[in-house]
Amino acid sequence: MNTLSDTWSWLTSAAHWSGENGIWNRLGQHLWLTALCLVLSCLIALPVALVLGHLGKGGTLAVNISNVGRAVPTFAVLVLLLLTPIGKYGEWPTIIALILFAVPPLLTNAYVGMREVDRDVVRAARGMGMTGRQLLFRVELPLALPLILTGVRIAAVQLVATATLAALAGGGGLGRIITAGFNLASTPQVVAGAILVAVFALVVEGLFEVVQRFAPQWARGGFG
Amino acid sequence: MARPRGSGTHDGDPRTPSPLCAPGSQRFPRTAHQDARPGGGAGSNERVTAPPDDCLARNEWICGAYLTSRGHILWDAVVQHLQLTAVSVAIGLLIAVPLAVAARRWRWAAGPVLGITTILYTIPSLAMFSLLLPVYGLSASIVVAGLVLYSLTLLVRNILAGLRAVPEDTRQAARGMGYGPVRLLLAVELPLAVPAAMAGLRIATVSAVSLVTVGAIVGYGGLGNLIYSGMNTYFKAQVLTASVLCVVIAVAADLLLLGIQRLLTPWTRAVPS
Repeated sequence: MNTLSDTWSWLTSAAHWSGENGIWNRLGQHLWLTALCLVLSCLIALPVALVLGHLGKGGTLAVNISNVGRAVPTFAVLVLLLLTPIGKYGEWPTIIALILFAVPPLLTNAYVGMREVDRDVVRAARGMGMTGRQLLFRVELPLALPLILTGVRIAAVQLVATATLAALAGGGGLGRIITAGFNLASTPQVVAGAILVAVFALVVEGLFEVVQRFAPQWARGGFG
Repeated sequence: MARPRGSGTHDGDPRTPSPLCAPGSQRFPRTAHQDARPGGGAGSNERVTAPPDDCLARNEWICGAYLTSRGHILWDAVVQHLQLTAVSVAIGLLIAVPLAVAARRWRWAAGPVLGITTILYTIPSLAMFSLLLPVYGLSASIVVAGLVLYSLTLLVRNILAGLRAVPEDTRQAARGMGYGPVRLLLAVELPLAVPAAMAGLRIATVSAVSLVTVGAIVGYGGLGNLIYSGMNTYFKAQVLTASVLCVVIAVAADLLLLGIQRLLTPWTRAVPS
């Protein structure tokens, strides 16, 4: 119980919230890293997955890349990138590692979503004379949206976790509070950092749950 | 709280390396295990010898001399890695089976069980280990407990899906043959859930192998310890070798479990007529 009250007093101390090593700054870094990498990995993964899914090609790659991503330790990739020449360019090793681990769930889910669109619906759309482009954007994409969004949610949660680990390899973000706490041998700081990270991850997960619940309705409204 | 093994004194930032081993220096990378190098130990030797010009001294990524000179350190790390993974997944499985059976039997239990395990799975690994710090202190139990919680999610979900997929006809046939609820569970439902459960077990094991490395923060990370100390000393061969071994272990464990699954479920290999 003592640890709990120490943690609480660490969290409520104003000095720990401001400044370069303060919680606000670390939270901002974490949010920025997560958002930037989510946008970048969506830009990389979704067009590829949509085209592959539309054409029905490259399925083995798109599905197995997730299994490969799971087997490779995030921490190892972060450290390996840090030791390569890329490591000299500030946040880039972290950003690249984050994108590498966010792309597989996006790719797999979007591809599976595209392939699971009812074939009868696709054939009906073709019979109505839709071009490939119309078919992709007006039929397949809206119907695949729930699974695509699942992929985005998994990627976002993965990004939050990976950005936390980046602190071990010298990156910024909330994880830095934890690693600094370990190095200062301060259990309250370690636990406080962990609580902040856990709450942040759960908020991101919750936010995407909400988006996922309502987005198909907006999309349906938008596409008529 | 004791200082974790293998952590630096600075704020965990490898971009401010100690002057002993500046990045790209030709100096022999210093690690805690330096004494493992045969013929090392300059302290016992009065002569000041120039560092040997091998791949270790040049700090190359791929280095055979690393394997020969530090074989037993690698071996110890691999053994720790395998122990942590095996113990965690085994405990996870022991807890997951009753939870899944309970969630199957009592409908009201399914929601809370799946909800809590999903929330646990969302918490990033570094935070999970840190949250367990006040409970277990700096020990291997932190890593095991964290990994158990992660594998629970995957295992419960898959075992429950397997149990739910048992056809109602099969269940009724067993009941008609006089099977009681316990025998029905042990002899019919659980065996039929094995393929789904094994799929979950494979994912849980592969994830655990990769997550053990994060245990380096408390000094119990198997190969992760070598990656962590290699990062702090810019020891490229050590980081690459340990990382590759992690992937090899993950793939080997996956194949092993796939083999076990085939042995356990001979009926799934029946030749389609």
